[in-house]
Amino acid sequence: MSDDFNLNCPVPIDNHKTVQLAHGGGGRMMRGLVEGTFLPAFAEKGKPFVPHDSAVLEPCDGRLAFTTDSFVISPLFFPGGDIGRLAVYGTVNDLAMAGAKPLYLSDGFILEEGLSMETLRRVVCSMRDAAAEVGVRIVTGDTKVVDRGQCDGIFINTAGIGAVPDGVEFSPGRVTPGDAVLVSGDLGRHGIAVMSVREGLEFEGALPSDCASLAGLVDAMLAAAADVHCLRDLTRGGLAAAVIEIAQHAGVGIELEESAIPIAEPVAGACELLGLDPLYVANEGRLAAVVRAEAAEVVLEIMQSHPAAQRPTIIGTVTDRHAGVVELRGPLGGRRIVDELSGEQMPRIC
Amino acid sequence: MKYIDEYRDAVAAKKLVEAIRSTTTRPWNIMEVCGGQTHAILRFALDEMLPGRITLIHGPGCPVCVTPIEIIDKAIAIASLPEVIFCSFGDMLRVPGSEKDLLTVKSEGGRVRVVYSPMDAVALAGKNPDREVVFFAIGFETTAPANAMAVVQASKLGLDNFSVLVAHVLVPPAIRAVLSSPENLVQGFLAAGHVCTITGIDQYRPIAEEFGVPIVATGFEPLDILQGVLMCVRQLEEGRADVEIQYTRSVRPEGNPAARKTIEEVFEPVPRKWRGIGEIPMSGLALREKYAKYDAAGRFSVEGITADEPAECIAGEVLQGRRKPHECPAFGTRCTPDRPLGAPMVSSEGACAAYYRYRRKCSGRACPACRRK
Repeated sequence: MSDDFNLNCPVPIDNHKTVQLAHGGGGRMMRGLVEGTFLPAFAEKGKPFVPHDSAVLEPCDGRLAFTTDSFVISPLFFPGGDIGRLAVYGTVNDLAMAGAKPLYLSDGFILEEGLSMETLRRVVCSMRDAAAEVGVRIVTGDTKVVDRGQCDGIFINTAGIGAVPDGVEFSPGRVTPGDAVLVSGDLGRHGIAVMSVREGLEFEGALPSDCASLAGLVDAMLAAAADVHCLRDLTRGGLAAAVIEIAQHAGVGIELEESAIPIAEPVAGACELLGLDPLYVANEGRLAAVVRAEAAEVVLEIMQSHPAAQRPTIIGTVTDRHAGVVELRGPLGGRRIVDELSGEQMPRIC
Repeated sequence: MKYIDEYRDAVAAKKLVEAIRSTTTRPWNIMEVCGGQTHAILRFALDEMLPGRITLIHGPGCPVCVTPIEIIDKAIAIASLPEVIFCSFGDMLRVPGSEKDLLTVKSEGGRVRVVYSPMDAVALAGKNPDREVVFFAIGFETTAPANAMAVVQASKLGLDNFSVLVAHVLVPPAIRAVLSSPENLVQGFLAAGHVCTITGIDQYRPIAEEFGVPIVATGFEPLDILQGVLMCVRQLEEGRADVEIQYTRSVRPEGNPAARKTIEEVFEPVPRKWRGIGEIPMSGLALREKYAKYDAAGRFSVEGITADEPAECIAGEVLQGRRKPHECPAFGTRCTPDRPLGAPMVSSEGACAAYYRYRRKCSGRACPACRRK
């Protein structure tokens, strides 16, 4: 991963195997870290780097979308991703949900004193690769170092700016009764993958996180932009949190078909075992789309032909009954309410 | 998913419901003992599929819900000690004690960890010789063998920094308590399949005989529960009061002798307070004298802590099937999963939490809760 890393560092970072408080102190060591680690990864190739307090950006076509997200995941590396990829994709995906083409990111690092430089470099390389894949530029950043024990290795904040093409308007306000609800893939992979590493749970077969950019998929979906009413990425709180939020903000009811909701076998098994409901488990590369009923099949086909969608499915409909409530029709025909959780899901006793 | 989907099959469920309908000639009240069964009944709306004359009463089989508030207070006192790493299954962290819960202790700097097995706590004790590692041993007969094994293991490894706060409870004395109440409505029981997997069914025979009630050891999937109800209704209609096994893929009449032996080696039956119900004779487990040094309550001198239940909480009546959760005046208003008054609103298996989660909002004819009226 870091083979092609260009180390043109005035203070050779090899002298420091770990991050020191001085790396955030504003002096030579900090400059060494910035010029030796961050700039080679993020600076625009072929252009001289001019130190400045701000990135100055060209105006773009369309309206601007602006978002921010912070990433505090433990462990930093997990099957299918790491905190660096997550920090890029997370903010990119938030922009994409507004229909925006992601253009620029900022990165704010909070590093724990004693963090291995190798770990930091792996994360930075990962961010560089993810940004290159999406076609977004990391144009500004900041680094702080805190005393050992005051953060968990690396915390990253990214903010993002994107351009929303004219005529694109994805918002709960456009959701109307009769609309179809789709998901772009099977649910719960990220939450279960991270939990399995964090808690040392072992399952048969690898279960990588679904951590991925949704920008390409949304770009493809713009072909049907007029029919797409609302998008949500299904991160914390999973599908349940996203659809409940849509139902409440749009003032509509949403009915989901439990048997239609795609869940991979290892995720379903882990959830059964731990007493978790996969509807509430986090994803990092899945979205829900509310689309005009007549266009549902078209949007589904667009999703099916895009690699970022895995088993896209129509899972429910928007209704004018019981506004603000999400109902799930179970495999036996019974209905139940999908409720907001009080906090995190807790594995049960037996 | 193999071994799950088969037991959620809609066609087979319909057939069982039909069989229950054609067997039933009068009203019957059947109690499902286990919180896991309550959860499945509400999640799959099984109670709505059953004929109106069959009433399911939700029993006291949620170990989180019946743990008395004073044991939670003891756990909180121990977890707050600076030298302690307090390990618990996730469900217990949000259960309110008199003043706070274990999550609050964690936020105040206490070392509170969620573990998935008591053996994780034993391993933690091995890795942290300078700390006291305490495991919150709660649950019915299902979790008792693994918790007993953890104590045996700690003893073998000579881990003097490991101890357990024991709050184990037993099912048969609870069934006896429900049946002995003058207000009892229950005419038949679905016993908890996983408990019977450990204990077998012999302990239930004297109860069935003495009180004249059928008891069916039942599983947790929709078809298990419907078949358990059918077996129970058949007995009721035929005037029989036998102990039967529906959950044959897991329960053997003799149970799991090795697991029972481990429980008996480490624990002995003692009187135990149940949240909302009060003390039930010989309904709990405590460490035997041989393992007394692993008793966290003794080690940290918290035996003296006592506490009263919040007066407004009707958990006792809910846990004995006398009232439904939504019949409580505080339900969904002063008592919610965010601010629970009592434990049945906290645990995912608690009857109040299940009603809150699946049956709360009534805002139109299509709402499942409204249709029940």
